[in-house]
Order: sequence, then C-alpha cells, then structure tokens
Amino acid sequence: MASGGGDVKLIGAWPSPFVLRARIALNIKSVGYEFLQEQLGTKSELLLKSNPVHKKIPVLIHGGRPICESLIIVQYIDEVWTSSGPSILPSDPYDRAIARFWAAYIDDKWFPTFSSIPKLQEQEAKVAAVQQVYEGLLLLEEAFIKCSKGKSFFGGDHIGFLDIALGGFLGWMRVTEKMFNLKVLDESKTPNLCKWAESFAANNAVKDVLPETEKLIEFAKIRFKPPSAD
Amino acid sequence: MDKQSEVVVFGTWASPYCTRVTLALKLKGIPYQYVEEDLTNKSELLIQYNPVHKKVPVLVHEGKPIAESLVILEYIDEFWNNCPKLLPEDPYERAKVRFWANFYDQKIAPATLSLIKCKGKERERAIADCEELMKVFEEGLERDYQGKSPFFEGENISYLGIVVGSGSCNYQAFNEAVAVTFDAEKHAAFVSWVEDLKAHPLMKEMLPPHDKLVAKIRHKFSLSPEPQA
Repeated sequence: MASGGGDVKLIGAWPSPFVLRARIALNIKSVGYEFLQEQLGTKSELLLKSNPVHKKIPVLIHGGRPICESLIIVQYIDEVWTSSGPSILPSDPYDRAIARFWAAYIDDKWFPTFSSIPKLQEQEAKVAAVQQVYEGLLLLEEAFIKCSKGKSFFGGDHIGFLDIALGGFLGWMRVTEKMFNLKVLDESKTPNLCKWAESFAANNAVKDVLPETEKLIEFAKIRFKPPSAD
Repeated sequence: MDKQSEVVVFGTWASPYCTRVTLALKLKGIPYQYVEEDLTNKSELLIQYNPVHKKVPVLVHEGKPIAESLVILEYIDEFWNNCPKLLPEDPYERAKVRFWANFYDQKIAPATLSLIKCKGKERERAIADCEELMKVFEEGLERDYQGKSPFFEGENISYLGIVVGSGSCNYQAFNEAVAVTFDAEKHAAFVSWVEDLKAHPLMKEMLPPHDKLVAKIRHKFSLSPEPQA
C-alpha cells in the first residue's frame, strides 16, 4: 500500500518517549506523515478535539480518524500497513503474548518508577526507586535473552513491538544517567540490554527520530524545574 | 494429550479479571481446566507460572503460561481464530476497543478500588472522581458506538462486553457491599447496556453469585455490613 503523506498526521512533541514509539513504527513501515508538534505548556485545538478523553500526545490521525495511546497506535500501524516493512508484532501467537506482556509491564510498572526518580526529593526514596528500576531491567534482560533468540532485537532480526516499547525511553535513560550520575543500562548488570541499546539507536527507523541526549537534558531542565509541575 | 488438560486457567471466583478469561474461553467453545487459587496461600505452580506479578488470572496452554487478562484475551482470539471473534476485524475498530479497555483498566477500575478503601471526606471525593470518570466513559462509548450497546457484537458478547461486563455486571453487589448509591439515572445508557449484558445466558452462567460476592467484598476490604457514616 502506498504511504499516504497527506492522509497521515501525528500530533506529538519531539521529547516524548510515547510519541517516539509512534514515529519509529511509522518509519518501519515507511509511512509518510505530517508531524504536528505541540508546544510545551499548551494543547492545540486539534489535540483536544482528537483526544478529548486524555488530551495527551501522541495521537495518530489517519484518514481524518484519531487513534490514541502509543502502544495502541503501534499495533494499528502494524495492522494497517501490512505489506510494507517487516511485521512489528511477532507472527506466533505465544510470542505476541510475551511481547504484549512485557510492554504492559514496562508501561504499568517500570515506567512509573523510572519517571518518579527526578521528582523524588529524599535521597532514600530516590535510591529505592533506582533499585526498582534496576530490578525491572534485570527482568527485561532475561526477557531479551528469551525473545531475541541470539539476534540483535527483542523482535529478532528486526525491531519489533517490545523493542519499540522499551526503546522509546532510551533517550530519557541516557538523560537520567547524565543528570543523576548513575548507570541505568549497566554492562555489569544488563550486558545484553546495553548492546541492544546501541543496535536500537543505530537502526534506520530510529536514528533520525531519537532525540539527542544533550537536547533532552536542556529540555528536562525547563520541564522539571522545581516546584515540580505535571 | 488429553484435550481437557491443554488449557488450564488459574483464577479466583470473585475476580472480574479471571471472569474475562473463562468467559472468553466459553464464548469460543474452548474446553479448559480451572484451578481455584487461594490468594492468601498462593500455589507453587502459580508463582512458577507468573513470577513477575504472582497474580491471577494465568492461562497455561500446552504448558506455556500467559499472564495479564487483556494479553490473555488477545492470545485466545489469535490462537483460536474461529468464530465468534473476540476483537473486531477492522484495525480502527480494534484500536477503539483497545482504547476503551485500557481506559477501563487504567481509570475506572482503580477509581472504584479507591472508593472501596475510602472513608469520610475522602470517600465523597472518591465518589465524585468515579462519577466524573463514568461520565467520560459513558459519553465516549455513546459517541463511538452511536448509541448502540458496545457490549454486543450482533448476538454475541463483544470484547468490551467481556472486559467491562466482567466487572460492571457486579455493580449491584458492589453497591451493597460498599453502601454507595450509584445513581442509575445519571448513567441510564450505561446501566441499560449492563442490564442487557447481565441477561445473556453466558453472563448469567459465568458471573459470581450476588450474595457470595457481597460477603467477599466486605470481607476482603474489612467492611462491616453496616458501615458508619
């Protein structure tokens, strides 16, 4: 199916890991799209109209119809553009279930802890959160070994659903490492994930849209200026 | 291999998340073995099959475990891709049902749980939060399904019927246990969808019995039969 440049719009913002997921999926499928960037601190009419329930980015608009929630968008992209690019979800139903399980784990458990780190004031709480993040990454390291079956990605030879789910946060993992002077992806703890991160960042579908760490740091300094705003 | 033992579900009778799974299997005509778990004394097998969360439901198919009810539902639909289908065929319609399932699990269910646990002034706030979310939910579903019940696909119970109905169909037991007045008139459409769903023979078969559920909710959350103001 030919990629419809006028037909596909993505409402988003360059720093958002959730928006990044959608962009990577679109790139995998070579789908041209118009990227409509939201300004920090305001929400456009189009965003409010397209996602009245959550009022959040990303929103994919295809043929005038909105799709919300990053992982739902990624699955939608995979299900619509079936004949261009590799499949994003694995083909085997059990492998698909495993990919979905870990993606849900990342969003429901890992990310809330990870994103709490800059907001925690007390050192003790911070240390506990970092420890939980490591434990989660250890689980994901094990999952990687099982899912990748010796290849470079969770999805095997190609970037797949779980790569996108976790990889969306890669830029912010690097920001956390620089700003808090700790290792999030630690070669001594999660060597496979470290290698994976390099491969992921270098991938054609990722490298042009993955935000530069320095730019993200500048953004973080503005976004997370205390007192913390939501 | 005995067909009966190919599919095993670990669950608890009162959990709507477990009802989702058994309902889906029944709908598809898939035979399964059911193992009732005591969550105060979890079995070795459960912990082995779901080491990450140690929760029910878990589906074990040909010895391979899958956890998380929504993940399980999609697996059931994809492996046993016979009719009736659980999810719609069209990608946009699939995105819609996934969206509302996600909204229910991330917003409605936690708000309802908060409400059970709250007392006094906090409870008033929790009730207001639930009300607000229900309004968004009902209006959104009405908009997306043009006033038709989102819980049916023709004659069959739909994906949202399974996901939402497994919890919402117990609303009367919930109201009684927690002593809330759920203003049905404020949500006439939603209540009518729920009542239609409750009348379906499969739901009648699979939902936990009312009185037993009331007692269970009260016991689980240490609610006295006559809560103080």
